[in-house]
Amino acid sequence: MITTAPPAVETKKNYLTEKEGLMSWLLTSDHKRIAILYLIAVVAFFFIGGLFAVLIRLELATPAGDLVDSNTYNKFFTMHGIIMVFFFLIPSIPAILGNFVLPMMIGAKDLAFPKINLLSWYIYMVGGVFTLYVLLSGGVDTGWTFYTPFSSSYSNGYVIAAGLGIFINGFSAILTGLNFIVTVHRMRAPGLTWFRLPLFVWAHYATSMIQVLGTPVIAVTLFLLVLERGLHIGFFDPAYGGDPVLFQHMFWFYSHPAVYIMILPSMGVVTEIITTFCSKKPFGYTFIAFSSVAIAVFGFLVWGHHLFVSSQSVYAGMVFSVLSYIVAIPSAIKVFNWTATMYKGSVRLETPMLYAIGFIGLFTVGGLTGLFLASLGMNVHLTDTYFVIAHFHYVMVGGAIMGFMGGIHYWWPKMFGVMYSQVWSKVAAIIIFMGFNLTFFPQFLLGYMGMPRRYHVYPAEFQVLNVLSSAGASILGVGYMVAFVYLVWSLKFGEKAGPNPWGATTLEWQTSSPPISENFEVTPVVTQEAYTYTSEEVVHVV
Amino acid sequence: MSSTATPLDQTPVARHHFENLEQQKDASTIGMWVFLITEIMFFGGLFMAYFAYRQAYPAAFASASNKTNLLIGAFNTTVLICSSLTMALAVRAAATGKKNLIVLFLILTLLLGGAFLGVKAYEYHDKWVHHEVPGAHFECEGCQDAGHTPLFFALYFGMTGLHASHMIIGFFILVYLIRQAGKGAYTPKWFTPVEMFGLYWHFVDIVWIFLFPLLYLIDRSGAAK
Repeated sequence: MITTAPPAVETKKNYLTEKEGLMSWLLTSDHKRIAILYLIAVVAFFFIGGLFAVLIRLELATPAGDLVDSNTYNKFFTMHGIIMVFFFLIPSIPAILGNFVLPMMIGAKDLAFPKINLLSWYIYMVGGVFTLYVLLSGGVDTGWTFYTPFSSSYSNGYVIAAGLGIFINGFSAILTGLNFIVTVHRMRAPGLTWFRLPLFVWAHYATSMIQVLGTPVIAVTLFLLVLERGLHIGFFDPAYGGDPVLFQHMFWFYSHPAVYIMILPSMGVVTEIITTFCSKKPFGYTFIAFSSVAIAVFGFLVWGHHLFVSSQSVYAGMVFSVLSYIVAIPSAIKVFNWTATMYKGSVRLETPMLYAIGFIGLFTVGGLTGLFLASLGMNVHLTDTYFVIAHFHYVMVGGAIMGFMGGIHYWWPKMFGVMYSQVWSKVAAIIIFMGFNLTFFPQFLLGYMGMPRRYHVYPAEFQVLNVLSSAGASILGVGYMVAFVYLVWSLKFGEKAGPNPWGATTLEWQTSSPPISENFEVTPVVTQEAYTYTSEEVVHVV
Repeated sequence: MSSTATPLDQTPVARHHFENLEQQKDASTIGMWVFLITEIMFFGGLFMAYFAYRQAYPAAFASASNKTNLLIGAFNTTVLICSSLTMALAVRAAATGKKNLIVLFLILTLLLGGAFLGVKAYEYHDKWVHHEVPGAHFECEGCQDAGHTPLFFALYFGMTGLHASHMIIGFFILVYLIRQAGKGAYTPKWFTPVEMFGLYWHFVDIVWIFLFPLLYLIDRSGAAK
């Protein structure tokens, strides 16, 4: 071995280099390191869930069931749903980006409960192990919705293990939400009033409210399902005197708000990106802040729109329909505010901004088609068709994942202190946008024409649109792979990024990249609003 | 960083990411209340199911609830309320710095909780013997609307079972607290764990205060022999 003098010693080590060894990661209580742990695990689940999407689209490339039989196909879309919803979408932005950025945005050294934060990662992993066990032992075929009595009395899959996996995983989301709420209440830097908070923090606060209030309900619902299936202590199966529609109510009481757990953080990310890359205060700060809270509140009152074709009363259906329309208002406020922010801004089309703009377009389509589904009459025609699939993929993939990708690209230089390839990242963003639309737009048409969801065969006249969709999915897959490759590449070979490569104003950019373990050398004192761009002040003077 | 690995409860010094002890205590208190809200939602699902079914099948529920043992239920309610009192006294003792009293009252809380669970186990056994556990051997003598009576017992076991599991978790925490209190870990300046556990214990009691009338008392008079 040649002994060489160490290169110029950095003045202070950052959170990545301060301690070394696997155990320093597995026992860390640093919110930034926990965010990285989540990043690795969540991305792994994204690829597993994506694999099932690939298999689904492969099967649907032809009208006949020539790749798998219907039982296996049922397991494919169930595993795709469970993994993507509970192990990717819900933890993605809050547990990775929220964990990393939120304490820094409010000038704190860490979340209020660092050890509980680590615990929530372990809980997530235990839930994940259950899910992998289900996967390897033969899967589950109920759909991610676990409707009774099929799930409790008839399914041949591993319902109990899958239910327990989600039950356990739920506590990870609860603890993360609890941690965020307490942190935002008690850990803000001096001078950081509620209306000086970055809007990302407001979005996460609203998300945390939903996580804390909603997740326990799905937990108890799955607990009852497990009791019914495992011990025959029945609650939902008519054979035991129960009512399956009660299960649907309890399931959607959580699972509809869960959609907002996925989209609200994404909206927070997009708000940050747009204000930064327009170098302009977000238009209507308070409206954006309160629309997040409004979405969280109204989101709890609309679950019945999943039950329009169940035995739910028509009058209840009307109320749920109206309330579902009302949720569109705060969502639309956000879209209008983003576009108004861009208006006359000096828009820089960097990669995160491409994702943010993509988000606005795709989320708008997803949101507007949601209105079709919220109307009672239309819903009867469209229920359980590919129209629904297309709608929620526009919101979850076009919305939540675009926001996630945008956020990852936005904060990547902060997280790792390196910059990825500008060219490749833009190419990937465009590939993903195109691939996404090609995958899911045909599904609107298919659904409108009557193709039902969850079947592995379909009439021959639907083939052209299905082939387009499958082709789009492969393009989408390529886009994600390209992004994965250059991001990993940049860790080793990327140029060093400065503390504030985008010229953003929020606190996390006012410290080194990557940050030191305590985030800031001295606790910052905040004297102005979150988005004070100097150029605007100049304009103001003129 | 390594100095902060000292457990929170052994030193009245704020952990590194807090400005001072007061902020740390505030954070714990808010965190505990938020946690209790999640617990309300957790039990809330079961209460919701109870109300929906009670509304739908009143006759089945009325006749099935007469199968519960009122005397035992009332006794257990008393025991649990007493354990809440001893828990409150333990918090009081911690606030006033009486180390031995903390240990004493925590032990009393543990014993009363144990008595509750013992009685509960006896009740479960009794239900088992009388075939009142939902399942293949379920029977409910003299019950009306027999098709829906298993629902009452399913809810009975689901709700009291979830409640009992919370008490069992509480047991482990109590044992830990007793050990720590014995070592003198809690002082009037810092006794947050005792106080937070007190909140938890009272919450578990309050759940029972709702369960008792719902499962034992409602519609009792109409069919009372």
